[in-house]
Amino acid sequence: MKTAVIVFPGSNCDRDLAVALEQVTGAKPEMVWHRETALPQGVDFIGVPGGFSYGDYLRSGAMAARSPIMGAVKDAAARGVPVIGICNGFQVLTEAGLLPGALMRNAGLNFVCRPVPLKVENSQSLFTAQYDAGEQVTLPVAHHDGNYQADTATLDRLEGEGRVAFRYLDQVNGSARQIAGILNDAGNVLGLMPHPERVIEPAHGGTDGRRLFEGLLGTVSA
Amino acid sequence: MKARVFVTLKPGVLDPQGKAIHHALEGLGFAGVNDVRAGKLIELDLADGTDDAAIEEMCRKLLANTVIENFRIERLATA
Repeated sequence: MKTAVIVFPGSNCDRDLAVALEQVTGAKPEMVWHRETALPQGVDFIGVPGGFSYGDYLRSGAMAARSPIMGAVKDAAARGVPVIGICNGFQVLTEAGLLPGALMRNAGLNFVCRPVPLKVENSQSLFTAQYDAGEQVTLPVAHHDGNYQADTATLDRLEGEGRVAFRYLDQVNGSARQIAGILNDAGNVLGLMPHPERVIEPAHGGTDGRRLFEGLLGTVSA
Repeated sequence: MKARVFVTLKPGVLDPQGKAIHHALEGLGFAGVNDVRAGKLIELDLADGTDDAAIEEMCRKLLANTVIENFRIERLATA
């Protein structure tokens, strides 16, 4: 399985994501610099990592979303290639128009950095097939702009179409309907604020993130 | 020529920064502040002859996230 991780100036979770992907797939991902205009041939999975692309200036993820590589990411997503955006990556995907809504400053204005309990809302997706619907998992969050907002019609559509993948059990950042992660309409793009790549082995203090990557591998190689 | 772009959250969108400023003003004893909304000001120094359409495109493509924000363009008389 050939994976790629996009690297923007300011990404600081790109290596965590690369390690997670390598542990699960057995192959090192290709690290793709944001100035590139093409992805590696035959890529099966694209990760848009967390961090603070462009220092989060202007708006979180805004400048990264307009970088040259994002054209290729959009094309790949349209062809059905699975794309995950974690934390700043989620912000990048909303800014790029690959996912609806926007991520705003946390309602409490605090940077939130702690493990949080989540409910798996959809266990049928490419990314969540290894979880049970309604299962509670714990993933760490570390963000200042994780307050997911969209208009009521969009939120209703996300809920109605089963596109809310993960929901916070507690209100962490002010997100509408406590949404932590959403899917695009085709189901091959996931954005989520918590960091599954930080809980993939027992030494991390938890392994709840590992199944997300394993599920993906199972689906893609099947 | 110069232009200013004011980017503000749309009405009804929660503004945590505005709320924090509001609380701080109340803490300082200022009465009668009904609400506070925070936005940003972006100053552009542009080539002479840059037309309104180009500035508007800059706003739509990058400067404002039109999902949650409005923008207003103000051209400044050249000094």
